[in-house]
Amino acid sequence: MDAVTSIKAGSRLERVLRSGRFAVTAELNPPDSADPQAVYDRALVLASVCDGINATDASGANVHMSSVGVCALLTRAGYEPILQVSCRDKNRIAIQGDLLGAAAMGVRNVLCLTGDGVQTGDQPEAKPVFDLDSISLLQTARTLRDGGRFLSGRKLDSPPRLFLGAAENPFAPPHDFRPLRLGKKVQAGADFIQTQYCFDIPRLQEFMRRVRELGLHEKVFILVGVGPLRSAKMADWMRNHVPGVVVPDAIINRLKGAHASRQQAEGKKLCVEIIQQVREIAGVSDAELATLREKKIIG
Amino acid sequence: MRFLQNYPRFLEIAYEVTHNLLRPFRRWLTRGGRVERFFVRVEKTSKGAIFNCRMCGQCVLHSTGMTCPMNCPKEMRNGPCGGVRPDGRCEIFPTKPCVWVQAWERSQHMPLYGSQMLNVLPPVNRSLHRTSAWINDFTGDAQKVPAGWMP
Repeated sequence: MDAVTSIKAGSRLERVLRSGRFAVTAELNPPDSADPQAVYDRALVLASVCDGINATDASGANVHMSSVGVCALLTRAGYEPILQVSCRDKNRIAIQGDLLGAAAMGVRNVLCLTGDGVQTGDQPEAKPVFDLDSISLLQTARTLRDGGRFLSGRKLDSPPRLFLGAAENPFAPPHDFRPLRLGKKVQAGADFIQTQYCFDIPRLQEFMRRVRELGLHEKVFILVGVGPLRSAKMADWMRNHVPGVVVPDAIINRLKGAHASRQQAEGKKLCVEIIQQVREIAGVSDAELATLREKKIIG
Repeated sequence: MRFLQNYPRFLEIAYEVTHNLLRPFRRWLTRGGRVERFFVRVEKTSKGAIFNCRMCGQCVLHSTGMTCPMNCPKEMRNGPCGGVRPDGRCEIFPTKPCVWVQAWERSQHMPLYGSQMLNVLPPVNRSLHRTSAWINDFTGDAQKVPAGWMP
């Protein structure tokens, strides 16, 4: 899979990964604003340290500037965006149209997600769509790219060139099904995988051991999610409020052990330690920094 | 009747038996008539009581650990989302167990169909909502995938 000749989309992220370099991506918090400068201000902080910028699609079911909009702005300025597409707000008609539109704007990376439930956001009375799920979305995107047609079978004049990604959460139950589910995503067309935030190295090691046993690490690039914790309080909040984030007690206790004024530094140190340990796991090709409005920490 | 879901081995055999019993009558199993209305009523009552069936019209219970995936708030057909809580409960409804955690456990006790958990299932055909899944199974409507779907 490392061969440069097998390039599917030609994105910078794809080239970095296929060349065997350890890649870094970061998540951009889309602004609650119609001002493009708000996107550029955020991108500037991230761009110096990463190979790709994730534009989230109303993450946590809270409305912000759309991921297609953010990505279109980013490509105009020469950045490398990763378009996140969630199945929560759009049916298959809207999603396929968005994939074409984004590709026309120069977007070459797509992360296919199911999305958080509307109940977790600030507008729980909205209608949840979930016409597709992450895996059927992946296969739909592959149909557009490799089959050159819509799901309906109608032919495309010019298929989109997309590097297809999916998410996996090795830290959530059912743990023994997670590697097999990763296999389903590979089967459906995933070229790369981004994992949920990792705070539990032994769990990740066990997950990757199974992934290697199944031979999946040779078929897909695996990007592990990491992020700095600002304080014990924030860690506790994330554990209780961000769906799918598992923060072990040991981590929270370690942060609590530091004086309040030192907790941020301790969280940063912890993050660096996790990145170092993640890089030593065979089959992992990337760290993905998600920052939860803590952009200053990256620098 | 929900307790029956804890006997997935029995349910997969029941599925197999029902399928074989209906097979000889398949030429009468057509859509849009009295037969379908009858089947819809029977399915609503029986599958409703056991699986909390949502009448999607394309039953995949044997591929999903004899646990109805349409009970997942995200109607996921291909496995659990990443939001499952550490105690195995639903991200959205913290008092409910995750449908897919249950499906995975049950599939482990299904020698006939358990391995179908690994199949990639196509998106739901929403036009089959409130029709008879058993009839659709014999007419082939339930197995139909979108024309462009690449296997």
